[in-house]
Amino acid sequence: MALGQITLLTETGAVGLADADVRGHDLWLAAAALNVATGFELKPEGLCRDDLCFPLPQGREHEFTRDGRVNVAAFWRYRGGAVTHSQAGDIWVLGEPSDEQATRIESLEAPDFTLPDASGRMHSLSDYRGRKVLLATWASW
Amino acid sequence: MWQRLYEELSPVGFTVIAVALDSEPGAPEPWIEQASPTYPVLIDREHSVARLYNLVNVPQAVWINEQGRIVRPPEVAGAYDTLNRLDPVTRTVPQEVTDTARATRLHYLSAIRDWVANGAASPYVLSEDQARARMQPHDAQVAEAHTTFRLGQHLMASGRDAEGRACLEEAKRLHPESWAMWRQTATKLENGIAAGPEYLARVRARALEDKPYYPPVDMPGVPE
Repeated sequence: MALGQITLLTETGAVGLADADVRGHDLWLAAAALNVATGFELKPEGLCRDDLCFPLPQGREHEFTRDGRVNVAAFWRYRGGAVTHSQAGDIWVLGEPSDEQATRIESLEAPDFTLPDASGRMHSLSDYRGRKVLLATWASW
Repeated sequence: MWQRLYEELSPVGFTVIAVALDSEPGAPEPWIEQASPTYPVLIDREHSVARLYNLVNVPQAVWINEQGRIVRPPEVAGAYDTLNRLDPVTRTVPQEVTDTARATRLHYLSAIRDWVANGAASPYVLSEDQARARMQPHDAQVAEAHTTFRLGQHLMASGRDAEGRACLEEAKRLHPESWAMWRQTATKLENGIAAGPEYLARVRARALEDKPYYPPVDMPGVPE
């Protein structure tokens, strides 16, 4: 398939990427796009973000990297993250990987989020640090 | 729902943050206008807070302390399972059910007051180990439900309704625990509420599988 424009949704937001190589359930991104979308970069020791590195499983490296590109879908599945895409392959969603979920639960830190109120003003949970917060759901339905 | 509690406790370092799990543009606004709460009421069209915190219904709540740490993971926020006791013909519940529902709500509110007054010393604050034990990573199927639901919302927002709707149906199938996904996508009555016969039938069917609509909260002194 030719390189195309996709939208990638992660826990940190939505990003448009220009030269994605979509092959079925695999999504091959150039190093720069991978970094923009996920913060990861390809290093000799594996795929790394900050101090965290995931060595690629021996003998299976070609499933994850080829010709300077990284198969972010395969990498995410390898980390226990859900990957879902539209039929046309132009919208991809990466779920929170198992290792990140486990770290978050262990820390008991309340994950931050930013959402609008009815007037469009944005609020982050972290704006309310220093108070006790009852985070409560409701709905019109 | 929380306005009086907020007015009482906001001077002593407490706030409510209400999050509407509402994908339909314009659906939550009339409710907000009518209640005109003074605490923040946020609109979460992609149900992202439900995904991040593993929330599956309304009202559920999480208690977060001054350091931004979870001291009570998601649970039903003061609601009692009256629906399952609803008489389908008269659409009423016995008086003792109404009384227990009221006592359940008052108990939950008094637990919040105790937490705000006593912080970590409150008997309603869980130890770190207890809190962790009540939080689980999503299993693979639920994780896929969340990414599929998010894709569906994104497709609908881009005008790709048929594919989007198929995603929402698939998400709902993958995550039967989530009343939020189920009711968001269910057929609504004229008042915009998914409370038709299909809904009541599902509430009953799930209760028979020991999956009550509002599971009782596991905290000291909850009314029976």
